[in-house]
Amino acid sequence: MTWAKPVSRLSVGDVPQGAINRNVEGRRVTSPIQGFGKMWQKTYRVRLPADRVSATELIAEWKQRFPEFWPDGNSFYAPLTGIEPGDVALLSMTLPGRMKLSTGVMVLYADEESFTLMTPQGHMFAGWITFSCAEDNGETVAQAQVLMRASDPIYEIGLALGGHRQEDVFWQHTLTRLAAHFGWEADAETQVVCVDRKRQWSNWRNVWQSAAIRSTLYTLAAPARLAKGVLRRGRAIA
Amino acid sequence: MPEAATQFDVRAPSGHARVIDIKGDITAASEDVLMEAYGHASGDGVRAIVLNFAELDYMNSGGIGLLVTLLVRAQRQHQRVLAHGLSEHYRQIFELTRLDEAVSIHDSEVEALEAAR
Repeated sequence: MTWAKPVSRLSVGDVPQGAINRNVEGRRVTSPIQGFGKMWQKTYRVRLPADRVSATELIAEWKQRFPEFWPDGNSFYAPLTGIEPGDVALLSMTLPGRMKLSTGVMVLYADEESFTLMTPQGHMFAGWITFSCAEDNGETVAQAQVLMRASDPIYEIGLALGGHRQEDVFWQHTLTRLAAHFGWEADAETQVVCVDRKRQWSNWRNVWQSAAIRSTLYTLAAPARLAKGVLRRGRAIA
Repeated sequence: MPEAATQFDVRAPSGHARVIDIKGDITAASEDVLMEAYGHASGDGVRAIVLNFAELDYMNSGGIGLLVTLLVRAQRQHQRVLAHGLSEHYRQIFELTRLDEAVSIHDSEVEALEAAR
């Protein structure tokens, strides 16, 4: 099986230790068609000598150790089964301003040469990211390719105010770490194409599902939840 | 990068619609041939592009990404994109990726062309 089975809404299985199951359960997945902002295709590549690792070996290792290559401060909680079509992974991301965001992704597709993660409603981006590897002229070329629109107007503003740069650094860093894992030092190449300059204003209401807003509200409400818990315990003792 | 194992043929069953017959695989490697076929299909007065998937062998997530890009190009030209000949498996993939919300899916070419009027 290479494609995920059709699902109308996401369901999170066992929640790994440290992960927060918020903004994922019951959400629908979103393609760039359901997004709000301009549509972008961003391609990040790193080249390694082919005698160091083959394309299929690299993809197998990437799938197995996917969270290890992420930049510090961001966590990918892979399902216990690994990266398999239909699996849902929880994410904890650090946004500009040190804001924490809880969201997730579904594994849309996976084979020996590639795998694709698709975002749910409320994620920063509506779309998917495909990780692939191919052999080209004696080199093994690992690639991450994002096809996405910002999900809502607030994320679109965030992208313009440094979000794009942050995303580029994120994936460049990931690919550099991946290459280093195979004992090779290399910088990642980046290619950015604006596929559609139009914004889809009919989708501005996506802001209602925003994981950033909901995560922030949840954080702000932490003292109130703590006080409620203390009161409840006090009543139980009395 | 790998070469595309795909062939796209363009037909003009009516003045305002063009059919792209897809033979083989659609993967990220198909980009140049697919966009070239779209370039041939898209001319003055063309209001609908019908994708015929009856001879599709295989499509991966890179292929779905290409279809989204083609859709954007068609929308920019005020053209509709329709599809027919999809197997049950790929119909489900269209639903899963929510591509079916922008590409109308039909059981036959006659139905698709009728809907394109």
